[in-house]
Amino acid sequence: MLPKREATPMAERSPATRRTLWLVLSLVFAFLYIPIAVLVALSFNAGGLPTAWSGFSLKWYASLAGNSAILSAALNTLIVALVSTAIATLLGTLLAIGIEMRRQYGKGLEALIFAPMIIPDIVLAIALLSFFSMLNVTMGLHTIILAHVVFNLAFVCSVVRARLKSFDWSIVEASADLGASALTTFRRVTLPVILPAVIAGALLAFTLSVDEFIIAFFTSGAGRASTTLPMQIYAMIRFGITPEINALATIVMAVSITALTLSQRLNRGVIGQ
Amino acid sequence: MSEPRTLLSIDKVSKNFGRVTAVDGISLDIRENEFFALLGPSGCGKTTLLRMLAGFETPNDGRILLDGRDIARTPPNKRPVNLMFQSYALFPHMSVRANVSYGLEMERLPAAEIRSRVDAILSTTELVPFADRKPEQLSGGQKQRVALARALVKRPRLLLLDEPLGALDKKLRGAMQLELKRLQHEVGITFVIVTHDQEESLVMADRMAVLRDGKLLQCDRPHAVYEYPADRFVADFIGVMNFVPGKAVADGVMAANGTRITGKVPATLSPGAAAVASVRPERIRLFPKAQTANRIAGTVEALAYQGLDLQLHVRTALSPKPFLVRVTADAADRRPVSAGDTVELGWDAADVRIFKD
Repeated sequence: MLPKREATPMAERSPATRRTLWLVLSLVFAFLYIPIAVLVALSFNAGGLPTAWSGFSLKWYASLAGNSAILSAALNTLIVALVSTAIATLLGTLLAIGIEMRRQYGKGLEALIFAPMIIPDIVLAIALLSFFSMLNVTMGLHTIILAHVVFNLAFVCSVVRARLKSFDWSIVEASADLGASALTTFRRVTLPVILPAVIAGALLAFTLSVDEFIIAFFTSGAGRASTTLPMQIYAMIRFGITPEINALATIVMAVSITALTLSQRLNRGVIGQ
Repeated sequence: MSEPRTLLSIDKVSKNFGRVTAVDGISLDIRENEFFALLGPSGCGKTTLLRMLAGFETPNDGRILLDGRDIARTPPNKRPVNLMFQSYALFPHMSVRANVSYGLEMERLPAAEIRSRVDAILSTTELVPFADRKPEQLSGGQKQRVALARALVKRPRLLLLDEPLGALDKKLRGAMQLELKRLQHEVGITFVIVTHDQEESLVMADRMAVLRDGKLLQCDRPHAVYEYPADRFVADFIGVMNFVPGKAVADGVMAANGTRITGKVPATLSPGAAAVASVRPERIRLFPKAQTANRIAGTVEALAYQGLDLQLHVRTALSPKPFLVRVTADAADRRPVSAGDTVELGWDAADVRIFKD
């Protein structure tokens, strides 16, 4: 067997070069993760001052639980994330199936569908704001939900389509041949086979929705009733970063990481098939 | 024996995709309990025809009568016809048993009946030990049997098989050909099989249709198709044939070098028309008797030993390609020949088929 070709192995480089490379790598990771680590650590800091560690405590988490503004923002975020994820998952999955089944019409459609993934958030936010004002829609949670559906749809659709690329469409014909209606075929054959990708898409959409700020900020309308968690945090830090915010950010991060990890696991399972 | 009744009537069926005509006015009848083969090179329209019988394509023209009722526009889930897919199309998330039960569940049969019918077909197809496995845990031959069981358990009026043995290796294919014949006999269901393998249809089919460019060339028993091909294409496509090009004369074909091949000239061929005389390799004798109608000398170019018989390539002045001759191993032992030998070939006028060239 031929030896696998790789970049120059570490061992062949001079010790000085190796040390420099390790140093650069460490600095990059430090830059990425030290702020996050500090934030998580400070959320457990009893003293509340960012400069001194004064013992482990969960009191900031407890005080979060007593902060009604944060709780209502968390509830709003959850509502927006769950509802927009549900709608986007349903529509995105159907869209993906539609495109893959009729691939000859798909080319132009494809660009239109994936545009929301590429267009800068701020552009999408302004566009949606103008659109809602033009239609005289009263803004609130429902407009945030619709706005989130716009980009979540694209993400769900692309995840499900990736799975459908390797989907054997003859099983759909086989199901019809064996006497199943189109709906039964979808329920008993198509959906179970693509389900891991659908769930992975939903988890991704959920994660994106939970920490989305710009679009929610533009489409939430006036008033505090439709404030989401990222908006609430933004409002709070204008008066300085409190340990409560650290605790809140830690929770949001934990939720996002869990959802993303699950999503990737499922997707890997899908590709492994 | 009385003539079996017609189950399926394909009546002047045509199908085109855009400007491409896939099936061009085909009419043929398939009889009850028959093993029928649709044979042709790829692109001849056989798969399109099969998909129209299954309901996945709708003909642009013509009727498809099953038991006298036109089903050409009936959707696939509403016809008493089942298709065994070339790729098998097993449901990957279901066990073998669930795959086989699926079609009966769609008929909303009582659970007990589903169970007993599934058990019966699993045992007929020797799949009982694999009932709880998923398709990915099966070999190619086992998957093929699941696909077959899944279609058969519905007791369709007509079972369609799309290149059912295409994915199997040669040895297994031979065994499965006989197995399919046995099963068809056992379940008493009409089989229509699509294949590009002429040997497969000769072995399995009661009757076969040869298609080319969307048209039906010939429909008959394998023996008749092999011995009396409708035209030059069929003669060439089915089995092996030696061709001698020339011009039609009253009692045969005059080859370019002036040799006359004696044989029966079809009435449609007028004298002087371009024609081709043909003869099967197994009808040619080495060292023929003196009174043999057609005799020609040639040189042995190559020999291929094939167990049962010996295949010889013999160069003659009659045709640009060497003649293929099959001699039984027995005959070859009695009078051995080797490459470079000059031999005489001979065959009877009755074994000659003459076609328009």
